[in-house]
Amino acid sequence: MLDHFDYTLVNWSRAQFALTAMYHWLFVPLTLGLGFIIAFMETIYVKTKNPEWKKITKFWMTIFGINFAIGVATGIILEFEFGTNWSNYSWFVGDIFGAPLAIEGIMAFFLESTFIAVMFFGWNKVSPKYHLLSTWLVAFGANLSALWILVANGWMQFPAGMHFNPDTARNEMINFWEVLFSPVAINKFLHTITSSYVLASVFVVGISAWYLLKKRETSFAIKSMVVAGVFGLLASIFTAFSGDTSARLVAQKQPMKFAAFEGLYNGSSGAPLMAFGIVSNEKDSSQNYLPDVKLKIEVPNLLSYMAYLDPNAFVPGINDLINGNLQQGIMSATEKIERGKVARVALRELKDAKKKGDTVQYASLKKKFNDPIFQNNYFKYFGYGFLNDTNSLVPNVPLTFYSFHIMVAFGFYFIFLFIVLLRYIYKGTLVQKRKFLRLLLFTLPLPYIASQAGWIVAEVGRQPWVIQDYLPTVAAVSQINASAVQITFWLFFVVFTALLIAEIKIMTTQIKLGPKEGGNEHV
Amino acid sequence: MFDLFMETFRKIFYFYYDGFKGMTVGKKLWLIILIKLFIMFAVLKLFFFPDFLNSKFKTDKERSDYVIEQLTH
Repeated sequence: MLDHFDYTLVNWSRAQFALTAMYHWLFVPLTLGLGFIIAFMETIYVKTKNPEWKKITKFWMTIFGINFAIGVATGIILEFEFGTNWSNYSWFVGDIFGAPLAIEGIMAFFLESTFIAVMFFGWNKVSPKYHLLSTWLVAFGANLSALWILVANGWMQFPAGMHFNPDTARNEMINFWEVLFSPVAINKFLHTITSSYVLASVFVVGISAWYLLKKRETSFAIKSMVVAGVFGLLASIFTAFSGDTSARLVAQKQPMKFAAFEGLYNGSSGAPLMAFGIVSNEKDSSQNYLPDVKLKIEVPNLLSYMAYLDPNAFVPGINDLINGNLQQGIMSATEKIERGKVARVALRELKDAKKKGDTVQYASLKKKFNDPIFQNNYFKYFGYGFLNDTNSLVPNVPLTFYSFHIMVAFGFYFIFLFIVLLRYIYKGTLVQKRKFLRLLLFTLPLPYIASQAGWIVAEVGRQPWVIQDYLPTVAAVSQINASAVQITFWLFFVVFTALLIAEIKIMTTQIKLGPKEGGNEHV
Repeated sequence: MFDLFMETFRKIFYFYYDGFKGMTVGKKLWLIILIKLFIMFAVLKLFFFPDFLNSKFKTDKERSDYVIEQLTH
């Protein structure tokens, strides 16, 4: 069934999407978090009228402006790719993506581009309170833009609020609120934006630490660290909680992804949480994935508790999800594939009946597609009908597992770091703690790694699906020449790398210059 | 009414004009933005990223027939 797919094309299309999304995501989280940090700083300035806070606000606003300018429109590339490389997917998704992306475009354009001009050009031209309002609106606008994109991504992980039209092969939105308020989408949004706040806070703290190490701008650096430290601590604690809820939702909606990132091969009641271990994609003689994880450190019953809030609950492992587990009511992958094939055949027959003008057969099949029993028992598994090998349902376990554990480990490290930082600031000993300042500086790249690792968990962990259970990635690509995708892959690589170098160069120049008295009038 | 409109327009114009004129590092950033947008829309979109279904088919019916064929053969 998958024989006619060009895997070179699929893999290059995936690589290109991953490259552009990962580069795009280098710029976005700093914008999301720094916007609020600047808004807090300016609020303090407006409240206290202390010009030093104006200088602080303007400096970080300059850094925000550089990141915003270099990163803006890098996400548009992803939309180009949808239309060119992923046309089957774009068509199948129908208007589900159209609405959120259109709202995102309008919001991003009007809210951000209007108030960002006031934010940068409006000092001394509009009242301080109106300027402050503009700064807050830029921060909210950027985060609202992220909401719509993440709603679209959340729908791919947990499709809701739609109906499949077999005549057009498109999904039609029947309930906008189900799409918007899907628990997966909302939780994804909260987890993503708060982790971005952590990234921006670590960024501000890291740069400020550099000033302290250079014995420059001491008051500026400590004041910046107070705002970023408090914001970062609150955000990192919230990120841990939203991550916990997120994992629970994955356990319910995408159990294979959950089993992969937890390294759970064989399910059990009272499943332990593996804090560390060496995992693989190896199998034994009976073709089961090997449960023998090396060097593992486990906490008994914790995984069951985290997934279902019950320490004795059954958590399915990879082998349960592939082979099925009648006792636990888990359908085997083979059965799902058979049901998916029935749904695909029905779609084919409907198309043929329509083409031949066989109105009786067409009406009967159309009725079938509207029947909730067919929808729940067969069409729900439509995507499985493309697969022959049950093993293709297992994502890359080591990559998902390690990415997840790196993300979680860094997440807890940031909480610890912010607590220690705030303690040193409170005691007034931070400037003397040179080793800790160096640690803060060298921590700067870590939230970027954690953030990218989080996306690897979300996107690699859900493979083989581009839309969970409905459309596998291999069936989503356009029938274009793989060499064209390879050329644009390298073009993007060059363009994005140049942008990244420009960002780092311009930013480091500004950081070396430092905050000027009264700040720059404009960016 | 017209005078009020013109006065508002003049204020907005000079707000942006003075803003752009007074930019320091922003001039370099605008240059990067313009080059980037040119590469994206005038080069990449035009020559490398045609909309696959729109460029191959004229009607939605043709597009849906093609995708159903792709999904069911």
